[in-house]
Amino acid sequence: MAYSDKVIDHYENPRNVGSYDKDDTTVGTGMVGAPACGDVMKLQIKVNKQGVIEDAKFKTYGCGSAIASSSLLTEWVKGKTLDEAREIKNTDIAEELELPPVKVHCSVLAEDAIKAAIEDYQGKN
Amino acid sequence: MSLDLTSNFFELFEIPVSFVIDAGLLMKRYRELQQTVHPDRFANATEQERRLSLQYATQINEALRILKDPLERARYLLQLKGVLWDDEQTTLSDPAFLMRQIELRESLEEVREKPDPLSAIGNIIDKVSVLIGDNTQVLQGLLESDNEDELIQAKNQVRKMQFLKKLMAEAESIEAAIEDDM
Repeated sequence: MAYSDKVIDHYENPRNVGSYDKDDTTVGTGMVGAPACGDVMKLQIKVNKQGVIEDAKFKTYGCGSAIASSSLLTEWVKGKTLDEAREIKNTDIAEELELPPVKVHCSVLAEDAIKAAIEDYQGKN
Repeated sequence: MSLDLTSNFFELFEIPVSFVIDAGLLMKRYRELQQTVHPDRFANATEQERRLSLQYATQINEALRILKDPLERARYLLQLKGVLWDDEQTTLSDPAFLMRQIELRESLEEVREKPDPLSAIGNIIDKVSVLIGDNTQVLQGLLESDNEDELIQAKNQVRKMQFLKKLMAEAESIEAAIEDDM
């Protein structure tokens, strides 16, 4: 299966790879996994007092599409409010990365990860 | 010869519908079934009979593939109990389990920097084997039930097994690569 140039770009130069302390109250952590392929994704957001996402980091163990989906998402959420970030749909990610149908679940995983991270942050604050 | 293609794989092999199976009996039944549909027996048969025998042979092979693999068998058994699989749309969100998965993947990444990579990867493989063993044990108990709550738990357990199998496959391929380098 051929990956799009955008997927390859994110795969070869992933943005914002890394971790924050998950016990930090300004950090929200989303942990999700895709049973279909065994991929695991950790997405973390750092939120300021105004409820704006200042920075985001991810760590994904999985295929190129899963890595690209999470990498793209960390770029997109920066500077967004939590409400705006929650509005991001997996279809937006799939479209931007030109994911083939068999890889759409990777973008679903990324959407679920950001939702879980927001929920985790809101649970702490 | 007549096999009922609508019967389930357990029935086809005439073994109890259960997660626990007798591997020896499974292979014995497989050989018996293969005999009955062997193409040599249909050398003089009509076109239609030959086509049917091929269809049966395919069904028997598929049944063996599913029944001999614990994960496939568990999935199939749950399907017979009415559980639907929607893997593509499903996300597992069990933070403790996933955190452990990430930690194990991280230790896989670091294995080559260890003073003794082969024993380091061996340790990880041992850990994953224990997790798979424990998971199988729990699954076995849950699969004996027809209670809805327990079937949901079994489904979740099967999903976790899919992550563990993937992890194991990666660990084994790293082990093979380390051995090649030596």
